[in-house]
Amino acid sequence: MTPERIGIVVALILGLAGGYQLARARRRGKRSERPQEVHQILLPFTGTEISRRAVDAALRLARAEDATLMPAYLAAVPKQLPLDCAIPIEAARAMPMLEAIEQRAAGQGVPVDARVERGRSYRHALSRLLDHESFDRVVVSAGSTGAAGLSGEDLVWLLDKAPAEVLILRPGPEDRRILAA
Amino acid sequence: MDRGHYKIFLGMAAGVGKTYRMLQEGRAEAEADRDVAIGYLEPHRREETSAQARGLEVVPRRQVTHREVEVEEMDLAGVLARKPQLALIDELAHSNPPGLEHAKRYEDIAEVLAAGIDVYSTVNVQHLESLNDRVAELTGVRVRETVPDSVLGSADEVVLIDLTPEALVARLRAGKVYPGESIEAALSNFFRIENLAALREVSLRQVAEEVESKRLTLHVSEQVGTREEGVAAAVPQAVGERLLALVRPQPSSQRLVRRAWRSAQRLGTDLDLLWVKPPGKPVEGEEERQVTALRQLASVLGATLLIEEHDDLVAAAAQVVRERGSTYLMVGESLPRRGLARLREPLPQRLIKATPAGVDVRIVAHRGSKGEGE
Repeated sequence: MTPERIGIVVALILGLAGGYQLARARRRGKRSERPQEVHQILLPFTGTEISRRAVDAALRLARAEDATLMPAYLAAVPKQLPLDCAIPIEAARAMPMLEAIEQRAAGQGVPVDARVERGRSYRHALSRLLDHESFDRVVVSAGSTGAAGLSGEDLVWLLDKAPAEVLILRPGPEDRRILAA
Repeated sequence: MDRGHYKIFLGMAAGVGKTYRMLQEGRAEAEADRDVAIGYLEPHRREETSAQARGLEVVPRRQVTHREVEVEEMDLAGVLARKPQLALIDELAHSNPPGLEHAKRYEDIAEVLAAGIDVYSTVNVQHLESLNDRVAELTGVRVRETVPDSVLGSADEVVLIDLTPEALVARLRAGKVYPGESIEAALSNFFRIENLAALREVSLRQVAEEVESKRLTLHVSEQVGTREEGVAAAVPQAVGERLLALVRPQPSSQRLVRRAWRSAQRLGTDLDLLWVKPPGKPVEGEEERQVTALRQLASVLGATLLIEEHDDLVAAAAQVVRERGSTYLMVGESLPRRGLARLREPLPQRLIKATPAGVDVRIVAHRGSKGEGE
């Protein structure tokens, strides 16, 4: 092979390698241009039921804001058990409800990133969730409050502590269970 | 010196007849001219149990002062000096008072076994460390004296003393378990039918898992020890199932985990989650958050999250399947393949080829966007 041909082959290889690197750099650049902030809407719930109206309100917001819905089941772990113990009975309630919420969200094209949070009380579980997750809105249904869920005091506490807008839904006659575990 | 033979009588609760059965078998051994001695017996003032012990030699207990109270404990030195062929030592989960040779009786038993003496012993299922939380959640009662599961694993034989909850409650009512004044309290607390039914199920599963784990150990040793690999391969698959789900730190994996957990619940088996992490890649940002979420979910469900660094997903998964004895492998739906990836065999087929015969691979479809895959 003549030196000219060798030169052409080397130039061709260098050109291809350069083009490949350039394409990779552009792709990386595009990725880094994406917003880092994750828009999330928290939907905490407890017990064995959740109002469909609350789920729908959270989904409407998530769609409008192009956000991810974070349904979070709050589980109260009895004091005699370690806080990080497995909770199969609570999990058996939580999983079908999370599944149902995810199914509804999928129908509306809303991404879901679910959580199950443990605490000594529902408020404690919510507090732990607030500590390590970030979100822009919190949707809670006042209809789900009471002995089995978040009390009025818990909601006041949430309004005070949540680093996000809190939407408390007034109980309505059209509130219905979407799932009973 | 050969280690003694270790037999454990396991029960769901007090009063099912563990000690009675241990003594019964001890008597049978004595009648067959074996040298049998009772190392420690806790008859709990049960007449039937005491009757079974009559005629068997008892190594005298030793007096120990604990918190200014005289208590009687097993005399380990006495048992070792007496050196029977078979020692009957009740309640292996018992905690010894400070100052004795060991903190726990199962440690005393280990020394007796090491001296070449066969041991029969007893334990209730709620004393097993791994089940302590579960049993406490099921029954609302937590026991303080726990033993590592490896104690059960180290036994040559585990005999489950099974009794229906109704039969145990009948025994309790008849005063065969506790004295009269304690019966009503016991019936309204720990000895409720639903508690006993749950405990019975846990005990049955525990023994099934022990059998399974011993079978798998045998399986491995056969593979090592014989030239006829076909023999090991012909051993029937696991009696109990074990699920392994391949996950990634992405929200979509949660559905896979939920599905896998539901299947594990139905099969009454354990669930392992495996993330094969590309080597050298740091876990940070959103990925780190998702790993934390997965870990949290696994902990809530009582599943085990395994993270293996490997550049070959299939090889890593196959290795974990062999190590954990998995019988079901669950994977998420793959991305529609593009470009050269189309030429490659799909993931489920590769997994089927790489894993031992009999391991089923199940694909869980994505519900939402098709944005994530292998």
